[in-house]
Amino acid sequence: MSDLPIVGTADTPSAWKMIRAMVGVGLLCGLFIVTVYQATLPAIERNRAEALQRAIFQVLPEAQSSTTFRLDDEGRFVESTGDADADRLVHAGYDDDRRLVGLAVEARGMGYQDVITVIYGYSFAADAVVGIRVLESKETPGLGDRIETDEAFLANFERLDVSLNADGSAPAHPIEAVKHGKKEQAWQVDGITGATISSVAIADMLRDSTAFWVPNIRARLDDFRPGGAP
Amino acid sequence: MKQQTTATDEFVKGLWKENPVFIQVLGMCPVLAVSNTARNALAMGLATMFVLVMSNTVVSLLRRFIPKQVRIATYILIIATFVTVVEYVIQAISLDLHKALGAFISLIVVNCLILGRAEAFASKNTLGRSILDGLGMGLGFVFALFCLGAVREILGSGSLFGARLFHAGFQNWVVMILPSGGFFTLAGWLLLFNWLKQRRQGEVAG
Repeated sequence: MSDLPIVGTADTPSAWKMIRAMVGVGLLCGLFIVTVYQATLPAIERNRAEALQRAIFQVLPEAQSSTTFRLDDEGRFVESTGDADADRLVHAGYDDDRRLVGLAVEARGMGYQDVITVIYGYSFAADAVVGIRVLESKETPGLGDRIETDEAFLANFERLDVSLNADGSAPAHPIEAVKHGKKEQAWQVDGITGATISSVAIADMLRDSTAFWVPNIRARLDDFRPGGAP
Repeated sequence: MKQQTTATDEFVKGLWKENPVFIQVLGMCPVLAVSNTARNALAMGLATMFVLVMSNTVVSLLRRFIPKQVRIATYILIIATFVTVVEYVIQAISLDLHKALGAFISLIVVNCLILGRAEAFASKNTLGRSILDGLGMGLGFVFALFCLGAVREILGSGSLFGARLFHAGFQNWVVMILPSGGFFTLAGWLLLFNWLKQRRQGEVAG
């Protein structure tokens, strides 16, 4: 029993010393974190903006410039100036003659490990999804992450039909995922063997996103004309 | 004997004799999770090494100032600070790298190697020795992660640092890039290290 330390002996530092150590270290750590955060923020924001810009031009290869629009509460697209909820934003792409070629839209949905965020390009000329880039994903390396690298899978999105029905209220054929090698229609996504959940997740998020955005965009085309809505 | 430990010994011990992964078997979470490619393994190892060296430095500098009753809380605070800093810096350098390392950067906070060195070494030793210990252990960790990452990428993806090594007919061992492949590879390396250790001991005894 005599070997056990006894609380309250001369070894115990005063409460002041303990508080001083913890508060002192906490204060210094806090200052350090905030300093580094402030110092790296411009670079991080620049990286994010560059990554988004790169992705927009990758999914809309014909576009030479882009403008971001926000869907407001009255269902109109207005040019976005400041920070806005990414779920309400679309990026219009214009060619050299400032003609609207298509829109890049972000979509997200649950994958196998975590939420996947993609950006896809919608072309007016093709009336189809013409490109896709994965912006964020934590899918299993080597399996699920093939949604980013598998050429056969990415080829699905070179021309994925999303043309609208007769009254323009919804896509005539919602995008659907099929097993690898079973794709027969222009609106079907050929899945990846070994990455079924991830590839179906991409098809599902595109189906939901295009069902919402394409009718809205088609109905308010004038909003995207350079110079804004009349 | 203790006084005879030279500065070089402090540095070298972490590389081989007391290698954090192959001998001490510490910090297994990132070792198994982020070693699926050589690039990820190297980046994770370097991030951990930075945190280890910095936390050893600060803990050693403040060792007379921190009462032992509050030491664990204080060390964790110091380690968490450097991990947060590393996370911001990696995001500023490359978003792709940050994407590849995912949640495992934040988990450096609970890597027992770092708290272990702060507690067992830096809190009792001078600044110079603590930095050397951190560098040695950190490099040992980078080396071990790279050993795993390289083997897993070569067998699992048929490439090293993204460059293809085999002809098109090579069938990738998909299991090697899955979590179970981490265990298999670690077991293989531990087997090799223990065999080498036993052989050396046998030589000394014989």
